[in-house]
Amino acid sequence: MEIDWKNYEPGEFYDEMISTPGNPRLASRAVANYLQKLSSKQLGRRQNAADLAITEMGVTFTVYSEGENIDRTWPFDIIPRIIPQQEWSHIEEGLTQRMTALNMFIHDLYNEQNIIKDGIVPEKLIAGSKSFLPQCIGASPRYDTWAHICGSDLVRDSDGIIYVLEDNLRVPSGVSYMIENRGITKRVFPELFRKHRIQPVDDYPSHLFDMLASLSPRPLDYPEIVVMTPGIYNSAYFEHSFLAQQMGVELVEGCDMIVSDDDCVYMKTIDGLQRVDVIYRRVNDEFLDPEAFQSDSMLGVSGLMRAWRAGNVALANAPGAGVADDKVVYTYVPAIIKYYLDQDPIIPNVPSYRCDDKEQRDYVLANMASLVVKPANESGGYGMLVGPHSTAAERKKFASLVKRNPRNYIAQPTLKLSTAPTICGQHVEPRHLDLRPFILQSDRTYVTAGGLTRVALRKGSLVVNSSQGGGSKDTWIVDTRGK
Amino acid sequence: MLSRVAERLYWTARYLERAENTSRLVRVFSNLMLDLPRGVGVNWRQLVDISGAPEQFDSSYRSSGERNVIKFMLSDPDNSGSLITCLSMARENMRTTRDLVPSEGWEHVNELYLYAKKKLAGKNLARDRYELLSDIVMRCQQITGLLAGTMSHGAAYQFVRVGRNLERADMTTRLIDVGSATIIGPGIEQERLENRLWTYVLRSLSAHQMYRQYVRRRVLPNQVLAFLLQDTDFPRAVAHTLGEIASCFNNGLPHNDEPLRAVLRLQRLIAEANINELHAEGLHDFIDNLQLELGKLHQLISASWFSLELDTAV
Repeated sequence: MEIDWKNYEPGEFYDEMISTPGNPRLASRAVANYLQKLSSKQLGRRQNAADLAITEMGVTFTVYSEGENIDRTWPFDIIPRIIPQQEWSHIEEGLTQRMTALNMFIHDLYNEQNIIKDGIVPEKLIAGSKSFLPQCIGASPRYDTWAHICGSDLVRDSDGIIYVLEDNLRVPSGVSYMIENRGITKRVFPELFRKHRIQPVDDYPSHLFDMLASLSPRPLDYPEIVVMTPGIYNSAYFEHSFLAQQMGVELVEGCDMIVSDDDCVYMKTIDGLQRVDVIYRRVNDEFLDPEAFQSDSMLGVSGLMRAWRAGNVALANAPGAGVADDKVVYTYVPAIIKYYLDQDPIIPNVPSYRCDDKEQRDYVLANMASLVVKPANESGGYGMLVGPHSTAAERKKFASLVKRNPRNYIAQPTLKLSTAPTICGQHVEPRHLDLRPFILQSDRTYVTAGGLTRVALRKGSLVVNSSQGGGSKDTWIVDTRGK
Repeated sequence: MLSRVAERLYWTARYLERAENTSRLVRVFSNLMLDLPRGVGVNWRQLVDISGAPEQFDSSYRSSGERNVIKFMLSDPDNSGSLITCLSMARENMRTTRDLVPSEGWEHVNELYLYAKKKLAGKNLARDRYELLSDIVMRCQQITGLLAGTMSHGAAYQFVRVGRNLERADMTTRLIDVGSATIIGPGIEQERLENRLWTYVLRSLSAHQMYRQYVRRRVLPNQVLAFLLQDTDFPRAVAHTLGEIASCFNNGLPHNDEPLRAVLRLQRLIAEANINELHAEGLHDFIDNLQLELGKLHQLISASWFSLELDTAV
């Protein structure tokens, strides 16, 4: 599997490492040259070392099937994805801008609704949103911030431009893999870290802790912070327990907490009941509180919404923040940024068609074979139509779905996702990828250096989700100044 | 430390210990049945009685022959005390607390469960039974050693120790009851039989050798009783397990007054017992009472650390 970049053919796609056969991009040049010098045997040995590290570190995601819980290791490719520092600073600025505007938007929606009164977004957008929670109207979380932890998905099209594909404002996951991936690369390629100026990523848990602590309703030196998980069967349980351990806080389930008559939240410990100040919840809105959402959820805590509204506990992300994570709202984000910040978006949106607009809907229905049609409220790549890979029957089914509930669908051109060299058996081939940086926001904003690069391991596939044959790569932000 | 986590660690240890003890019990009882002549009042039914679930047994089985009893004790998933249930419960509890336990701990418990499940479903169970039971005992010991040697001895570990020792005390008292339940009349032949029975009791607890070092003479029923109840050095003697539990409570567990008082009460009960009189009569009632007290101790542990009410806010 010796690498010769002259034989590496990115084709019509933008490749992150190699611009044209034989020519690595500036930021990737040293790594590309280094890899080319490795013998087939050495390269294989590095990949084996990585696989071993993953098993030893117990990096897994959980698949629940046939009544047995299976922890699977997530495929990891040892060739890092490299982004130059200058480009990253620009993206960082763009993400900060976007999150600031989205948080102002959410706060406005649950309070004055000026943006609707001023006619920027239509009222029916909110009325038709499954994620708009009436229970949150009039609430005022600290710093007016609702989405504290966001994982935006970024993609690069063949024009080399990076777009925001979606904003994950509910319970985005993957940050633990970002950190673990770096640990693995350090074990596999220690010599490269000596030569490069690569921004570290392992300080995320301490930034997360500080952000959560800043939300505490009580002015304490050591607020009681917990990570709330739906439990062991959740696919991201590994991450929940990883973050709790890294922050040195308790990992709790709903049954560990109660809300008392004083509208405060307590957790049950061997020392007795202990007041909880901040909950980093990895449980979806509708399961948070059976009392507020009339569910028979066993995952939640009765009265949690009451305690939150009374200001006695902080929830991150705040309930209802998902309203801005709706694919139709997404299409308005450029207008939202303009409205609140009077700025043009730094990172563009993928051009999108709204199916509730007749003209745009007609276009979508006529061009389904070349578009990607997405439901407004799903995540993880579910319920989506990828036009170029679809059958006539699927298109027909989607056409009728769109006609029946136009508010619930948007469409986008099929992007030519960028690629990066990936070890596939005995060869190195281009594979499509995206990038999920994580943004923390309270009174300050922090953006991870890079993020989680997810790669579609099947040839030609555009689906990067771990549950659907995706893998991941370490992501390097490299300073190339002076080179 | 979260109450739920403390409770699950406690139960992990209890179930593992119970799996080990059930294996010991069945192994030794099988030998006993081969060795004792008929008509001395020992039968398979007694194994069900010792396990403490005769009603449950009667609701699912018509006769109490070897086959049914073994199935009930080892592989019956509906019996909450069967070997396979214990291992599966230990695994479930360990799985949900694995962040606190060294990862090898979880791996060993998981493998142990899978191993037992496969073997118990095998065709040659009757032939392989002895080997299987010995393996289980050994592997449970391995896990206990692994935790002792690799887990920090903080509050989490104290709950593991409490669970293990309380379960151990429970099983030792049950085994003593085997001796007491077997009515053997006077006479030299009968005396010899009774001595053999007590030897088995000792063996089932791996206590025979330690007993010989301690007593330095042949097996005498009242000496065995004194050893299994009052010896503070032998790890499976009731007095020793109570000492361990008290030391756990004193080792940094908060508001421990009530459970500690209950242990002291039990310790006094054991220390003040007149063994010679007990052997002559009243042993069964004494053991019954001990078991009741052990049950109460569990309830106090649960009330103090696991199931919290609103008024315990700190």
